[in-house]
Amino acid sequence: MLLAFFILPAISIADTLRGTGDLGVIIERTSGAVQIIETTHNTSLGRVKGLGDLSHASVVFSRDERYAYVFGRDGGLSKIDLLKKKIVKRVMQSGNSIGGAISQNGKLVAVSNYKPGGVKVFDAQSLKLIADIPAEYTAADGSKKLSKVIGLVDAPGNRFVFSLWDAGEIWIADMHDAAHPKITRFNNIGRNPYDGLITPDGRYYIAGLFGEDGMAMLDLWHPEKGISHILPDYGKGDKKLPVYKMPHLEGWAVAGHYAFVPAVGHHEVLVIDLLNWKQVAKIPVFGQPVFVMAQPDGRRVWVNFAVPNNHKVQIIDTESLKLIKTLEPGKGVLHMEFEPRGEEVWISVRDKNQVQVYDTETLNINTRLNAIKPSGIFNTARAHKLGL
Amino acid sequence: MKVWLNLLLYSVAFAAHAGESISSARQAELHELLIEDCGSCHGSRLLGGLGPALTKQRLAKLPRKFLIDTVYNGRPGTAMPPWSTMLTHQEVSWLVDQLQKGVKTP
Repeated sequence: MLLAFFILPAISIADTLRGTGDLGVIIERTSGAVQIIETTHNTSLGRVKGLGDLSHASVVFSRDERYAYVFGRDGGLSKIDLLKKKIVKRVMQSGNSIGGAISQNGKLVAVSNYKPGGVKVFDAQSLKLIADIPAEYTAADGSKKLSKVIGLVDAPGNRFVFSLWDAGEIWIADMHDAAHPKITRFNNIGRNPYDGLITPDGRYYIAGLFGEDGMAMLDLWHPEKGISHILPDYGKGDKKLPVYKMPHLEGWAVAGHYAFVPAVGHHEVLVIDLLNWKQVAKIPVFGQPVFVMAQPDGRRVWVNFAVPNNHKVQIIDTESLKLIKTLEPGKGVLHMEFEPRGEEVWISVRDKNQVQVYDTETLNINTRLNAIKPSGIFNTARAHKLGL
Repeated sequence: MKVWLNLLLYSVAFAAHAGESISSARQAELHELLIEDCGSCHGSRLLGGLGPALTKQRLAKLPRKFLIDTVYNGRPGTAMPPWSTMLTHQEVSWLVDQLQKGVKTP
C-alpha cells in the first residue's frame, strides 16, 4: 500500500513526459490555426488557434524542438509551445510578411517582409526586436524605395541571406553583433528573384529569377567572388509561359550530385549536375511544379503542381530520371513533408480537408487525418537542418 | 404593392446583370478561386502580397474594363498571368464586379 503510494505518481509523470522529435504542425490557414501532430502513430495532438492570417504561412523550430515559430502573412510572428499546445508569445511585426528563418546559434529569428520591405530580427527567447533591416534600394527613377524581401535563409557563420524582389539584389546579414548586422549587398543579380534556397551544406545560396532566364548563385565560402549565373540558357527561345503560382525552392532536392528544381512556367522539372552547375535533363511533368522535394534518402523526388493541375502528385526516380508514378490525392495539394528518415510523406489536400500520409515504398496511403483546409506541413526535424 | 413588385423586379434584373448566367454553384467556385488562387499572390485576405491589394478601396477607382482586361489577358512584363486559360470572359467580368463591390474574405 505504502509502496503504491510512492510509485503511482512516478508512473504518471513518466506517462506525461514526451520528447518532441516526432512532432510537427499543419497550417490550417482559413481558421488561423495549426494542428500539432506526431509521426510515430500519425495522430493529431491538438490545435492552437489565434494565429491570424496564415495564407502562405511557414514555420521554423527552436533547436530543442519544443517551440514552433509561425510566420503569418499579416505580419504576425507567433511562438508556440508544442508540448503545452499554446501560444507563448505573439508579435505583429509588419503589415505583410512572407517567411522567416532561425539563426545557426538558435538565438535569433528573422522575418522577411513585403510591407514595409525588409527583414526584422527578433530574440528567439522573448521575441523582442533586435534589429531592423529595411531593404532600401534606388529605383530606376532615382528615388529610394523599399523592396519586398523573399528567400530568407539562415547560413553558417550566424548569417542570414535573402533576396530583394523589386531591387534584384541578394544581401548577406552577418549577425555576430546582432543589434548591428553587417550587410553585404550584391547588385544586379537578375530581375525579380522569386525565392531562394541554400544547399544542405550551407555553402551555396541560389535565387530563382522570375523576370529573366537562369538562376543567381552565391558561394558563401567565397562571397568576394560575387554572383554567378547558372542555367543561363534555360527558357531561351521558348515561349515564356504564364505562372499561376510561384514555385518554391524550399529544400534543395538533391540526390547524389543531381539537384532537381521546378521550371518557371514550364511543365518540367530540371535536373542540374552540382559538379558543374549545368542542366543535364528536363523531365516533363503534369503541370507547373510548385514543390520539388527529394526523399531524405534521395531515391525519389516528389512534385506537386500549380492550379489547375493541383490535384496530382508525381514521383520521379532519381536514377533513371523517369516518372514512376502519378498519384491523385485530390484537388488542392499544397505541400508535402517527409518524416525525418523518409519512410512516410505527409501531403496536404486542401479541398478534401485532409492530410494523407503515404508510405514512400509502397506509395499507398497509410493514414488520413482531418484538417481544415490544410496547407504547409512542418516537422520538428527541420530544427537541425540548415536553411529550413 | 406595386412599389414592392418594382423593387423586386429591379433587384432581379440587377442580379441577372451582375451574375448573368453564372450558376450559384459556379459563383461559389469562383469565390473559392479568388481566395485560394488569386490569394496565393494577392493574399487570401486580398490585402496584397507579391501582387497588389485587391480591396474595394483600391479597385473601385479603376476602370472596370481595364480590370477585366488585366485578369483575362494578364499583364505582360509582370507576374500577373492571363486567366483566360481557366475562366471565361463572363466569369472574369463577374469576378471584377465582385472585387469592385468588395469581397468577403476569411
